[in-house]
Amino acid sequence: MNGTAVRPDKSKLYYPKMPRTWWLQKPAYLLFMLRELSSVFIAIFLIVFLVQIYQLTKGPEAYAAFVQKLSSPGWILFHIVALLFAVYHSVTWFESTAVVMPIKLGERELPRQLVFAVNIGAWIAVSAAILILFLALRS
Amino acid sequence: MAEPTVTLKVTRYRPGKDSAPTLQSYSVPYRQDWVVLDALNHIKDQIDGTLSYRWSCRMGVCGSCGMMVNGVPKLTCAAFLRDYHGQEIRVEPLVNFPIIRDLVIDMNDFMDKLKSVKSWLVRKVEKPVTEGEYRQTPAELEKFHQFTQCINCMLCYAACPVYGLEPEFLGPAAIALAYRYNMDSRDQGRDQRQELLGSHHGVWECTFVGECSEVCPKHVDPAAAIQRSKVDLAKDWFKSMLLPWGTR
Repeated sequence: MNGTAVRPDKSKLYYPKMPRTWWLQKPAYLLFMLRELSSVFIAIFLIVFLVQIYQLTKGPEAYAAFVQKLSSPGWILFHIVALLFAVYHSVTWFESTAVVMPIKLGERELPRQLVFAVNIGAWIAVSAAILILFLALRS
Repeated sequence: MAEPTVTLKVTRYRPGKDSAPTLQSYSVPYRQDWVVLDALNHIKDQIDGTLSYRWSCRMGVCGSCGMMVNGVPKLTCAAFLRDYHGQEIRVEPLVNFPIIRDLVIDMNDFMDKLKSVKSWLVRKVEKPVTEGEYRQTPAELEKFHQFTQCINCMLCYAACPVYGLEPEFLGPAAIALAYRYNMDSRDQGRDQRQELLGSHHGVWECTFVGECSEVCPKHVDPAAAIQRSKVDLAKDWFKSMLLPWGTR
């Protein structure tokens, strides 16, 4: 034996092709694709948000006109969809945190569900704090 | 009373004869304690001796009998017929690999990748056997123990769409084993492996679909190993930027 692996005759192999619809084969693949797609909606939202801030620099009238545009049913629907995608993306992000960076307490690794729950709890707390601050500034 | 039966639809591909794989139906006895591999063995022994497939230990250790069962990568020695009760069972070769014949896939690509990540202990200078073993504490073992459970069954490669789309991708098991040896306190080959893991076909190709870990029969969690390798590589990069004169 010279240590070389036996290779099958390539001309006799059958090379299956991955169907274009592979992402529809399993719910997990579809959810993965939706997670990837979520970034498109979040990117569009950020562009709109940046334009909104830019309008603020052009004075109250320009800003009011832009906000008026955003109140159309199409833009409201877009923002609802973008919000749902952002929530989904954030949840999967927190789910993966414990996988990527396991936290050890002494010898023991913290359970992933606990790390996920703490992350979600902190996220809700920060969101609530921002909402309270926003409402306080408005009133 | 007639014995209950189950229908298995099995991929047939005979090189030189078939231009593409087809599914062939076989009716086999339905037994509560049979696994899909038992049914395949029954076909081979009693119905059609020309059927080709791999198997060895029949106890979930050797990793030879991995196939697609109803579209899911499974060890056929651990897939019980009773879990598919009332259904037709489709048995196909692991996807994302070339087919040699029937249910037999060409695993050379995986073997090459496994070798490329140096999935063994690398020492700068080997010490002679007379000096004894390389000692390790239980805590040091614990750091990577989970990743030692890989049986090279390749189910994770069949579950990984990235490998299906980009065959150059190192893939879940090879990266999990590279991570396993990188975490091993007795190993000194980290730098060699990091170069490959950080390359174009290394960990950065992974988009974290996560299905590799879902199908792993040994709960190795290759997805975790890949993501943690990404963190390690990012840390290495920052260190090399901040401390270009120092070694990692």
